[in-house]
Amino acid sequence: MKLITHNMLTSKCLKGVVTGYPLAIHATDVKINEVDFNPEFVTRIIPKLDWEVLWKAAQSIGHGEGLPQVIQPKYEEDSEFLKKAHRVLLEVEVEEGYLTCPESGRQFPITKGIPNMLLTEAEVQ
Amino acid sequence: MWRRYLLWFAHEHVDFRYAEMQSIISLLKIPMKFIETPCVSRPYWIVELPEEDCIRKIASRSVLLKNCIELWSRAKTEDRLHENLKSAIKNVSCKWIIPDGGNSYISDSHICPSELLEACSDASKSFKIDVETFCKHFSIKEKVEKIEKFSYLPLEGPVKLKNPDVTLSYIEFYGIDPNNVPNQPHDLFFGRWVVDGQRELIQTHSLKKRHFIGNTSMDAQLALVMANQARVSHADVIYDPFVGSGSLFVAAAHFGAYVWGSDIDFMMLHARTRPTRVGKKSRDKDESIAGNMRQYGTSSRYLDVIVSDFSLPMWKDKLTFDAIITDPPYGIREPTEKIGIERENYTLSEDHLVNHIPAKVDYELPHMYNDLLTFAVKHLEVGKRLVCWYPVIREDYKEEDLPSHPSLKLVANSEQLLSKLTARRLLTYEKINDQLPSNVGDTMSGTQNFREKYFASGDATRKQRHEKRIQEMAANIFGKQQSILNENDLKHNK
Repeated sequence: MKLITHNMLTSKCLKGVVTGYPLAIHATDVKINEVDFNPEFVTRIIPKLDWEVLWKAAQSIGHGEGLPQVIQPKYEEDSEFLKKAHRVLLEVEVEEGYLTCPESGRQFPITKGIPNMLLTEAEVQ
Repeated sequence: MWRRYLLWFAHEHVDFRYAEMQSIISLLKIPMKFIETPCVSRPYWIVELPEEDCIRKIASRSVLLKNCIELWSRAKTEDRLHENLKSAIKNVSCKWIIPDGGNSYISDSHICPSELLEACSDASKSFKIDVETFCKHFSIKEKVEKIEKFSYLPLEGPVKLKNPDVTLSYIEFYGIDPNNVPNQPHDLFFGRWVVDGQRELIQTHSLKKRHFIGNTSMDAQLALVMANQARVSHADVIYDPFVGSGSLFVAAAHFGAYVWGSDIDFMMLHARTRPTRVGKKSRDKDESIAGNMRQYGTSSRYLDVIVSDFSLPMWKDKLTFDAIITDPPYGIREPTEKIGIERENYTLSEDHLVNHIPAKVDYELPHMYNDLLTFAVKHLEVGKRLVCWYPVIREDYKEEDLPSHPSLKLVANSEQLLSKLTARRLLTYEKINDQLPSNVGDTMSGTQNFREKYFASGDATRKQRHEKRIQEMAANIFGKQQSILNENDLKHNK
């Protein structure tokens, strides 16, 4: 699971949970997987992100080094910044661990990089 | 000057042709003028475009387009074709001559400007002439004879068969009915080949060579058509809520999209389902959706897949996708399921929670499509598209029964036959407004009983087929016995 995905995921599926965001990450295995840098994509995705959530998530799994805590104006012209964002968004992979709902404490496992957000049949009743 | 082109299409998925082209030209913002009204029984269009770059861009996207030719002459008879070309040599008006009273539906008597020919006639430009005949076969000798008839063309350059500077194309069209081929062609065309469409991609993306496939992986060609319908472009973000083996990712990522997907099937996303290929006992270790992306060199655009139940919310409210492209299960080869249990007040004990596989209940098609459309309205911006398949029983199909939403406009609807009785339709919706309607109303539709009807009708035909086969076999055995008897008779007579 990449941090870009984490930035969009909630645990609203749970009954009684209102926002279910952001999910806490507990990672036992994190990998770096280098991929092509595409400034256009990063520039387009940044307005869709909750930057503070991204920053905190990166810190919590030990990959937030050098990442500014707030977005600067005219970030689209700052290629150094875009590269850092690219790395945190697309190259850091949580392979094993779990996500925790901030309201209920329910945990969702991540195995082989794939989060499992399924509830049990008892929880959807 | 606007240029005139002959667009030649593959003669399959005819119902998707117009929709795909409309999506592409609206994505690329290219104006296209029709010189002749397109007709489904002819695999070609005659159009005008502002410049040659336009057709190159279109061809870089279309999978249904075979190739494109800068048209020099188009006629209903061979004599006319040559007559037009000979007149064109003298046409220095720099535009097409359209004689008065010419048939307005057929551009049979139009004369192209001589500058088109002159642009290819330079002595330094090597050339060749290709002859293509549609629905009729000719020997090389006959084709050469046809080429010889163009000897009057002012082409000064040398003939070169491999990679010439100019490829001229001569096409004879004998209709589309192979059982009723006329002596003389219906239509003839001559012009300069410009560019091929993306037919080759069908081979490169073929499921036969793809590492990880599932039972309902989308055919490479249709997946590419879907990506075009969704008007996918560079750095877009797309989402497939019923991702399965990720076959739609391959096509969307090819056109530059970043892809997110989810599926309720844990085993599928972890590539641990039973192998799909005949004769294979187990899945390879490196089979996965991400692995497929690596195979096609698009892994840098792979975002993530998530195991989740589409009937429940998962994404944050304000997230928007550039397109939603999906092939939901129809309940035939893949079940339509969501998490749930029929029993009331059901609880799970703590010890069962570890590695628990949740029970599932039927996720009825009308509910699923209702959820899909509502989801699309919430997570698409105005002008963006939802592209999805929808199964139908052909005799019950009515367009007004299709899933609908006041904020979504159905912009394309193409049918692919699955059997005599069933079909699926590729529906393309565009979000047209942002007003949240207080009451969405009833989006329930005629597909209520798709599964039941599918199997009911299947049963009847299966029984009929079985009976027919028995009759045939009986007839066969009887026939063989007869012939053996006859042979024996003959022997005895000898």
